Amino acid sequence: MASDTGASYGSTLRYKSVERIKAVGKHSLIGASGEFSDFQEILRYLDELTLSDHMWDDGNSLGPKEIHSYLTRVMYNRRNKFDPLWNSLVLGGVKKGPKGEEKYLGMVSMIGTHFEENHIATGFGNHLAIPILRAEWREDMTFEEAVKLVEKCLLVLLYRDRSSINKFQIAKITTEGATIYPPYSLKTYWGFSHFENPAQGAVGSW
Amino acid sequence: MFRNQYDTDVTTWSPQGRLFQVEYAMEAVKQGSACVGLRSRTHAVLAAANKAASELSSHQRKVFRVAEHAGVALAGLTADGRVLSRFLRSECINHSFVYESPLPVSRLALRLADKAQVCTQRSWKRPYGVGLLVAGLDETGAHLYYNCPSGNYFEYQAFAIGSRSQAAKTFLERRFEKYNDYTPEQLIKDALSAIKETLQGEKLTSSNCTVAIVGRKDDGTMEPFETIDAKRIQEIIDSMEAAEEAPTEPSAMQQEEEGTDAAAPMDI
Repeated sequence: MASDTGASYGSTLRYKSVERIKAVGKHSLIGASGEFSDFQEILRYLDELTLSDHMWDDGNSLGPKEIHSYLTRVMYNRRNKFDPLWNSLVLGGVKKGPKGEEKYLGMVSMIGTHFEENHIATGFGNHLAIPILRAEWREDMTFEEAVKLVEKCLLVLLYRDRSSINKFQIAKITTEGATIYPPYSLKTYWGFSHFENPAQGAVGSW
Repeated sequence: MFRNQYDTDVTTWSPQGRLFQVEYAMEAVKQGSACVGLRSRTHAVLAAANKAASELSSHQRKVFRVAEHAGVALAGLTADGRVLSRFLRSECINHSFVYESPLPVSRLALRLADKAQVCTQRSWKRPYGVGLLVAGLDETGAHLYYNCPSGNYFEYQAFAIGSRSQAAKTFLERRFEKYNDYTPEQLIKDALSAIKETLQGEKLTSSNCTVAIVGRKDDGTMEPFETIDAKRIQEIIDSMEAAEEAPTEPSAMQQEEEGTDAAAPMDI
């Protein structure tokens, strides 16, 4: 999973070092777009869940599927009360099941729409990144290949989504656990000839 | 147990620190007809001896499916048992609705135990008069719990409750150490043999016992909680009896030691 580390306040880029992907329990990652304070509230709910699970200490643990279902219920119930949590949530995880390792990736929207897919994106990512992922994703990618593909999407979003910033974080979840890598920037190229002398072709009012 | 001045209310302690009403409730369990539960690492089996009120009526239902992955067998006041089964079903469904996964059996047993405990601490309530053997499968394997009216619950490899259950317990005590590696068929046979011990001479047939099993096969697919149909039970009983009759005189002594043979001519 990857995201940038910016949180805007309307059109102001208010916070530039925000971690929008977090580990949940032993098996899952959650990433969010939208209202950051609502995301923090959701993290609190998930904390309560994982804590009571931990206190049980009975060998059972919440997997990504359970957390996805729980979040769907929360988001849908809030929408029904006309008081939504204004987020798009991405839930990913890996858990050992009776039939071996089961990988999971899904999303929940602020109105409770939820589904599972091999590639998920929020906001502008739905329009700019998903087409790239659909064309180039394969089941058997290595971690490095996946990072390259995700960076390709992030770059497009950086160029074209005005609310994005050039500071990204990658997160990985495997049966060994979750890793959230430190933030880094992508190289951008602005040397296109069209950017030089931008008023050149401008004639008249438009 | 004799009447005494501390046994009127469930909320009255005796000077020895006993709650007599709770103990009387556990007596009700001992009056019910027998139930037996046993488990391996991957499967759990419940069996119950059926008792009919009269020859004209159908027998009491004692084994209830609570969810795809769990079920109960009960002994005691069946009406209380029915109500508790409904509660268990509702807990499992509620959990599945929110988390889309089965409620772990240990947590199911805990909720039942907490519900039973409430009735031991309210002056306007009475304890439930039913003992439940809760069998189920979750991600940590197969489990068997016994919940009693006192609100206590324990996990077991094998257990028996109800009238004449001591005979079944003795049978199980001799064999339980191997149960973790038993196949489902072996578990069912031992469950039937244990029930047979409680019948004390009466012939075991598919009409006077119920058997249910839940588990996970080696390939990872789940076998949901299901009562085994009467025809199959009769086949298993017949094959068990055939295996008993096959050995000749010298091994009759062996059979007595194992306790599986109740049809020796001297026994009434």
